[in-house]
Amino acid sequence: MTVAELSQDLVWAAATALTVALVAFAIDLTRLAGRPEAEADAHDEGAERTEVLATAAAGGTTPASPYGPGAVAPAAPAAAPAPSRKAANIGISVTWLGTALLLVAIVTRGIAAGRAPWANMYEFTLVGAFVALAVFLGVSVTRDVRFLGSFVTGLSVLFLGLAQNAFFVVATGVQPALQSYWLVIHVGVAIIATGIFTVAFVTSALQLLRDSRDGGNAVLGARGWRWLDTTPGPVQLEALSFRLNAVAFVLWTFTIIGGAIWAEHAWGRYWGWDPKEVWSFVVWIVYAAYLHARTTRGWSGRRAAYFVLVGYACVLFNFTGVNLLFNGKHSYSGLTTE
Amino acid sequence: MTERTGQAERSGEQAAGYRPEGIDDAFAAGGGGGTTPALPSLGWRGTLRWTWRQLTSMRVALMLLMLLAVAAVPGSVLPQRPQDPAAVLRYLQENPTTGEWLDRLGFFDVYASVWFSAIYLLLFVSLVGCILPRTKAHWQALRTRPPRTPRRFDRFPAQARAVTDATPDDVVAAASTHLRGRLSWLPTFRVDTGTEDAAPARGRSAARPAARTVSAERGYVRETGNLLFHLSLVGLLVAVATGQLLHYRGQAIVTEGRGFANAVVDYDTFENGAWFRPSSLVPFSMTLDAFESEFAADSVAFAQSRDFTATVTVRDPDGETHEETIKVNHPLTAGGAKIYLQGNGFAPEVTVRDADGEVAFSGRVPFLPEDTMYTSRGVIKVPDVSPGLDQIGLVGYFLPTAELSEDGATATSVYPQPINPLLVLEVYRGDLGLDEGLPQNVYRLDTDDLTPSVDADGRRVRLLVAPGETVDLPDGLGTISFDSLPRYVALDLRHDPSLTWVLVFALGALTGLAVSLFTPRRRVWVRAWREDVPGSDDDGAPRERTVVAVAGLARGDDAGLQGEVDALLAALPGVAPSGEGDLTDPAGPTPADRTSTPAAPAQDPTARDRARKADR
Repeated sequence: MTVAELSQDLVWAAATALTVALVAFAIDLTRLAGRPEAEADAHDEGAERTEVLATAAAGGTTPASPYGPGAVAPAAPAAAPAPSRKAANIGISVTWLGTALLLVAIVTRGIAAGRAPWANMYEFTLVGAFVALAVFLGVSVTRDVRFLGSFVTGLSVLFLGLAQNAFFVVATGVQPALQSYWLVIHVGVAIIATGIFTVAFVTSALQLLRDSRDGGNAVLGARGWRWLDTTPGPVQLEALSFRLNAVAFVLWTFTIIGGAIWAEHAWGRYWGWDPKEVWSFVVWIVYAAYLHARTTRGWSGRRAAYFVLVGYACVLFNFTGVNLLFNGKHSYSGLTTE
Repeated sequence: MTERTGQAERSGEQAAGYRPEGIDDAFAAGGGGGTTPALPSLGWRGTLRWTWRQLTSMRVALMLLMLLAVAAVPGSVLPQRPQDPAAVLRYLQENPTTGEWLDRLGFFDVYASVWFSAIYLLLFVSLVGCILPRTKAHWQALRTRPPRTPRRFDRFPAQARAVTDATPDDVVAAASTHLRGRLSWLPTFRVDTGTEDAAPARGRSAARPAARTVSAERGYVRETGNLLFHLSLVGLLVAVATGQLLHYRGQAIVTEGRGFANAVVDYDTFENGAWFRPSSLVPFSMTLDAFESEFAADSVAFAQSRDFTATVTVRDPDGETHEETIKVNHPLTAGGAKIYLQGNGFAPEVTVRDADGEVAFSGRVPFLPEDTMYTSRGVIKVPDVSPGLDQIGLVGYFLPTAELSEDGATATSVYPQPINPLLVLEVYRGDLGLDEGLPQNVYRLDTDDLTPSVDADGRRVRLLVAPGETVDLPDGLGTISFDSLPRYVALDLRHDPSLTWVLVFALGALTGLAVSLFTPRRRVWVRAWREDVPGSDDDGAPRERTVVAVAGLARGDDAGLQGEVDALLAALPGVAPSGEGDLTDPAGPTPADRTSTPAAPAQDPTARDRARKADR
């Protein structure tokens, strides 16, 4: 078995582990939702962590919510026995395993190709999924974000499957235009930003769903959506999404600036409205609009969250559509279109 | 613009709808962006003011931002003139009706179109209109002191209490030192200390003991960063526009052993901004000594390019020469401009003799590569034949490594290096149309008025010429010799004096953005007073202790606020992280919205870590 083949097998192994984690997280959600008192899981061993999330959102006063102060207040304890969240904990452990496997897969891919392992779509997808998982796990060290687990692992499995089946190209060197240290910086930061945008997108989507359910939406009020009650309230989700998006937005700004510097080196101009540049610009503008919408009267909350959905759609299109549909200087997918 | 109405908005959104004391600063109160203007007063003056206020409102800025994003999209879908004029022509030919309308509306040069420019210019006007007043307000806010310590702490989102044996003065001194931080020239908090006199009970308010207070505020740079970001964007726009006016760009195709001089006339194409002066070109010259390319030969990435290196000799205006190399990611700087290696290919050197045996053409003909195997297309035009003879045009391909199919009908290139080079040409004769003085594309031969040479079966004759060979042209037109095979490079010389400024403003925007998004804006207050230890006067001598109360308030969401308060408490003298005794004031009201018991975070070693994390 060559190193390249080993890398590919490791990706499958990681995808398998993440599928197991996905199932575990899903079981956890249904269990929580199935309880008669489907809220206030702040009593289990994660209470300390949930508390942080509560303070996180408490810029001013915080309305009562499962993760809010009310749940932590000494009046509540005797109400319900701590529900077992064994499934979620298994999910976290297996996600660590899957992420570690994916990391090894990426490293071996880099060894096989003899360069930074993110020079084409296949590799970008692998590393992007890895970053999303790493952000999720990183946040979960200090906060209880296990409710995000099934979505982050689910998206990662989807991305890995897509990468293995649709985007795969053999590990090899790169053309002269890509032979620069900017490949490590520009593309590396772009992938990190994309990974964080992914987690933020999941958070904002949950925020909208939860908000609609709380607001008495007929569809989301159905029994099948009861798992939504186990997530933090929309205010906390919004706060978490904002924090992630803020980090990703700064990284995206750097991606564009770094890309412009590299383009000046390699192509002789810092900005030329290449399709990838156009869509990076669109992504930047949409997230800038999101940051402004958040602080505009009448636009914060739900409406601002829609910007995140639009922004993430642009991120995905910038990655897939622009690589595959348009012919530009950034056509590095390595896939032949004919 | 990122936080103008944030606080007001959030408290409005939450049904509680209360605003803690101490939040009444310029930003929360001003809220200019969100205020609905009153009905416009009559008269042009009022209308003008109304328009201006609308334009500089956050709502309109938001619309313009979204509009800008939407307007940018067509430029990625439709071919654009500055990037690919040929593709635009193709599009116009394939879609004559819609194409014409799209062309009229500027869809083939979106980023220079009136509507795209209008959107971003309006956006920048809106930005300036929003930022200038804020800069003024911030300039004043920068010199304000932290707001005085509020009477009651119990409604603040973060608070803590502790008792200590240290005096209130010591507590206040320690709190000031802790809040100011280690860097004396860049204090973390701006700190004011104060003294409150004892007040007797009056009406419904209870008696208050004399106390020392601290009021502190941090995060002034948050708004500074926000302003820096937006002003940098303006600077970026100005720098880019200036660059457009001053830049120049020349392109030249240079074959091995030949060169060019840095003069407008020596370039194949030359474009420049309105303020460019031809005299500003530094008169250096350059010769291409050699060009080398490397391609992968393994089966995995067969024939993928791996390296392109052009070795050149530059002759400076003072006559000094030096050897340089140009690679794809390593442009050469010469005469204040950068020279980029943008393309390469083969320029077979051929000699064509006419029917009289006279040399009608001799020279190097660049063939343009069309695929990764360098199957290259080119045209040899031979107008200077002996009088009375037809002009000759040769069209065809150059194949670096030719492989003929078994029946000999087709030839393809199977590798980009010249292992088995071959010219495959069709021959035309007639009037090439060059004498009318109309400019022609050197890479195209208009064969409409020309007669192709055909064989006995009526098929086009295809000449196969290898280097060193001389082949007879059909129909007795003469001969063609393939003398040698030099390579050529396509060089792109560019100069843009604004580059440094573009970079400076871009980095300024990045810095401002990071500062404005990640700097916490917090206010912290401390009050310390003496009181009797309850139940301590058994032996008649009442023992006193100091009670310290801390409250924190943040603008917007702030994960680290409670950590900041806890860390402050932990830094005070005599506040041992023991957890012994009841640190809360048993007499005081227990706030319903308290987020944690004060004792717990003080003894939690991770509290400070969290605070530090949030600060990063």
